[in-house]
Amino acid sequence: MLEIKCPYCGKRSQNEFSYGGDASVKRPELAKEVLDKDWDDFVYYRKNPRGKHQEFWHHISGCRQWFKVLRNTATHEIFKTAKIDEEL
Amino acid sequence: MQKYSIFSLIKNAFTNHQNWDVVWRDPVPKKEYDAIIIGGGGHGLATAYYLAKEHKITNVAILEKGWIGGGNVGRNTTILRSNYMWDVNSLFYEHGMKLWENLSQELNYNVMYSPRGIINLAHSDAQLNTYSRRGNSMRLNGIDAIMLGRKELKKMIPFADFSASARFPIFGALMQPRGGTARHDAVAWGYARQADSMGVDIIQHCEVTGFDIENGKVKGVQTSRGNIKTKKIGLCVAGSTSLLAEKLNMKLPIEAHVLQACVSEPVKPFLDNVVTFGAGHFYCSQSDKGEMVMGGDLDGYNSYAQRGNLPTLQHVLSEGVAMFPNLSRLKILRTWGGIMDMSMDGSPVIDKSHIEGLYLNFGWCYGGFKATPVSGWTFAHTIAQDRPHKLNEKFKLNRFNTGHLIDEKGVGTKTWIG
Repeated sequence: MLEIKCPYCGKRSQNEFSYGGDASVKRPELAKEVLDKDWDDFVYYRKNPRGKHQEFWHHISGCRQWFKVLRNTATHEIFKTAKIDEEL
Repeated sequence: MQKYSIFSLIKNAFTNHQNWDVVWRDPVPKKEYDAIIIGGGGHGLATAYYLAKEHKITNVAILEKGWIGGGNVGRNTTILRSNYMWDVNSLFYEHGMKLWENLSQELNYNVMYSPRGIINLAHSDAQLNTYSRRGNSMRLNGIDAIMLGRKELKKMIPFADFSASARFPIFGALMQPRGGTARHDAVAWGYARQADSMGVDIIQHCEVTGFDIENGKVKGVQTSRGNIKTKKIGLCVAGSTSLLAEKLNMKLPIEAHVLQACVSEPVKPFLDNVVTFGAGHFYCSQSDKGEMVMGGDLDGYNSYAQRGNLPTLQHVLSEGVAMFPNLSRLKILRTWGGIMDMSMDGSPVIDKSHIEGLYLNFGWCYGGFKATPVSGWTFAHTIAQDRPHKLNEKFKLNRFNTGHLIDEKGVGTKTWIG
């Protein structure tokens, strides 16, 4: 069982959260001309590291806020969590 | 190579089974090979076997960082099927079913192929309609499919919840009678034994640490047991694909996720078929030992840990209990996890790469086991001929750029949402 510290509510069990994937991918700026390659990279391609991984989680059965987690994908150790506009 | 038969069994019984040949050698890596397969799992072993058998390329090495068959080929729920709707998947997996049917004879190794039938339960009229459409598509592609009503199902799976108070009432089912199971370890060992006998070097405890690429061409690999020259490399490393791709400066359209499975304590014969739950994600069958073999959802976050967490297991097994209420009385004997290479459209890649001599085979999501023979068969063709076979020509890497996705299920990596 993962215990995840929601930046708003504190430590809760994994049951209250849902996962949102890699938080390091950046959506291309839509105001600019977007190259196909940049868009494909954003939608499909992932670094998929073994080790430290920045990811989005959603406190769906709690405060319903999205936030960021720095977690080890091999050991499941959680190093840090942060609000969505904060740096991890 | 010693042929396995009833006679060899009797003969060896007289010598207390002390004189059986070693099943595969433990060779020292040579300086150079015509082709190197990275990954000694089911797909890698099958690829090497078909390279030797179909394409007469026998100067081949399989490099495995652990021991052969220690990854997903030893961690799955052993289900075989070709009950897909889209032509690209149907034809591919049906070719695989045909290879499965004759595999024990071909390999002279009992893979215990058991065509016990796979039953997909439907829990609403709409679902039954969808299943009959899929069944019709299968039949148009020459694949066996039948629809079952409640009456027939009550006879076949009497312990399923047919009561009026069932939370997910059973409306009917789609069945592929030729679907079933096979003994997963035997598949790995059978391929290994035959590949070895044709001259393939199976090199275990040999981790690939880097690649020698010059001017966009493969020259060799660096391993924990020294450098080895080759012109062709086939990557069959499932959950570890992104880690090797990183050494090649490639980013791939996959995420690694852990999928759990479990078995119960052994019980008397209880379930003859493979049955899947239609109102969630749960499937089960009974092993020859009597254990209920069960599996379902991914844990739901990127993971390279070959073990899972209890909340997912609890969720999956509660679906099982909704389907077979008497499962609730069983104790779980073992649980384990394997790393799935979840592709972004739910389909695999078997293709060449932008590097000459580098071939890719990944993205099996959690359907890799049933594809073992056909994946090896088509991948061997792709490596030997330097072009895909007709069966795998649509499993391209660049489909994520051209838009030709093969998203039959439309779920991608986030299967628990779909």
